[in-house]
Amino acid sequence: MVSTLRKLGRWGIGGFERLGRGHIFLFHTLMGVPSVLARFGLLVQQMLSVGVLSLLIIAVSGLFVGMVLGLQGYNTLVDFGAEQSLGVVVALSLVRELGPVVASLLFAGRAGSALTAEIGLMKSTEQLSGMEMMAVDPIKRVIAPRFLAGFISLPILATIFTAVGVIGGYFVGVGLLGVDDGAFWSQMQAKVDFSEDIMNGVIKSIVFGFVVTWIAVFEGYDCVPTSEGVSRATTRTVVHSALAILSLDFVLTALMFGNI
Amino acid sequence: MNSNSDSNDVLVQIRDLHFSRGNRKIFDGIDLDIRRGKVTAIMGPSGTGKTTLLKLIGGQLKPQKGSIQVDGLEVPKLKLSKLYELRKRIGMLFQSGALLTDISVFDNVAFPIREHTNMPTAMIRDMVLMKLEAVGLRNARDLMPSELSGGMARRVALARAIALDPMMILYDEPFTGQDPISMGVIVQLIRLLNDALGLTSVIVSHDVKETATIADDIYVLSGGKVVGHGTPQELADTDSDWVKQFMQGLPDGPVPFHYPGTQYAEDLLAGIEQSRAD
Repeated sequence: MVSTLRKLGRWGIGGFERLGRGHIFLFHTLMGVPSVLARFGLLVQQMLSVGVLSLLIIAVSGLFVGMVLGLQGYNTLVDFGAEQSLGVVVALSLVRELGPVVASLLFAGRAGSALTAEIGLMKSTEQLSGMEMMAVDPIKRVIAPRFLAGFISLPILATIFTAVGVIGGYFVGVGLLGVDDGAFWSQMQAKVDFSEDIMNGVIKSIVFGFVVTWIAVFEGYDCVPTSEGVSRATTRTVVHSALAILSLDFVLTALMFGNI
Repeated sequence: MNSNSDSNDVLVQIRDLHFSRGNRKIFDGIDLDIRRGKVTAIMGPSGTGKTTLLKLIGGQLKPQKGSIQVDGLEVPKLKLSKLYELRKRIGMLFQSGALLTDISVFDNVAFPIREHTNMPTAMIRDMVLMKLEAVGLRNARDLMPSELSGGMARRVALARAIALDPMMILYDEPFTGQDPISMGVIVQLIRLLNDALGLTSVIVSHDVKETATIADDIYVLSGGKVVGHGTPQELADTDSDWVKQFMQGLPDGPVPFHYPGTQYAEDLLAGIEQSRAD
């Protein structure tokens, strides 16, 4: 009993300690952001590896998600003779929810885990320590550019996911199932509100971008510098990011659309 | 033991250094002087905190008690900006080389120069080629770190360590895992660079033979204390059983061959008694 309590206490203290370390780390990272802006090349390089290389999986997934939405939406709406509203269903589902959430989950799996592994390996091979001894701050040189690149990339990727998804829904709905072309677009245009729907979706993706990239770079920087430590940190990035995205999505949805 | 000369001659002065990790005491009141222009070796068995000592000198760790002065500056009390200024004058060669794996040999050596100076590209190129020439790898400048052998990686790291013309280089286990040829090259380079560039070198190692050939001064650490200090010759002629065992690599002595615990005879008798009871 006592040992269980002790374990629980140790686990709790360890968790809070990590949370504290994570916040101090975030503070230092944010302090390093101005120096990244001064060296734009570093940011561009990271946006290529974090953002551009995630583009394919995001676009392909977006297309399939949109196509499934078109199919499922049509099957439900056709029973009520409301299949002309398919454009609205597809667009609202993607813009409000699936775009930011699924794109962020994919981003955590593709770019987040890669960031953690890369930084973790740099730590375990003493590259970060080596930089410190060369009087180069690894937070400014390695972490801040990656953090900023992830933070900027995810909202763009989520927007692309949504756009491609709408096209996927159009292919299935209009191209295969015969929904009226004009009705698909005009209803979508009439019912999707820019500030209410699109901007709220973008705000979600900005929040997820911040949190996922923070988790990814922190897990890499804080990992145990062994191969086992790096692999554990990579797994933790995906698990923690997924939990953070889904729980924050509920909170944000409640605040934006829940009238709470 | 060597008596140290006046303080101007001393680049790194360590006094009453205490450092622990958790409950484990690593240093328990160490005094140590590293003289300018000399090659000083810190030796001792694995796990005595030799690498930790380098990290303390470089300010990557802070001691619980004691003073570490490098060129008159109290390292544990330095602000981060001052510490970084000091580190620009210290080169460090990590055991693994710690080369940046995503850039070429040339870019690795150019890295500290590009980070800390605004030199034109042509001048950086010349400087990098000079440093690579010094370690014999000028023609390997376009290779990636993954294409280098262990010995070559360490030589590139050495070229990088001298890129900013430091006053001191810290070597962390420079001879570990090297074939005899690479070992010979690195041994020679350390001495040559030290004398040609007027550096001060600190070598942390447990390779007695190689270190003794180039060191001017050797400190032997064990159990958190300095147990021996002197020139290689003085340590070879030492009276201390412990230092003798370490320097000559004897399997048994003050550091026992057997892991401490119950006596052998007791253990065997316990087995017999147990079988009787069964």
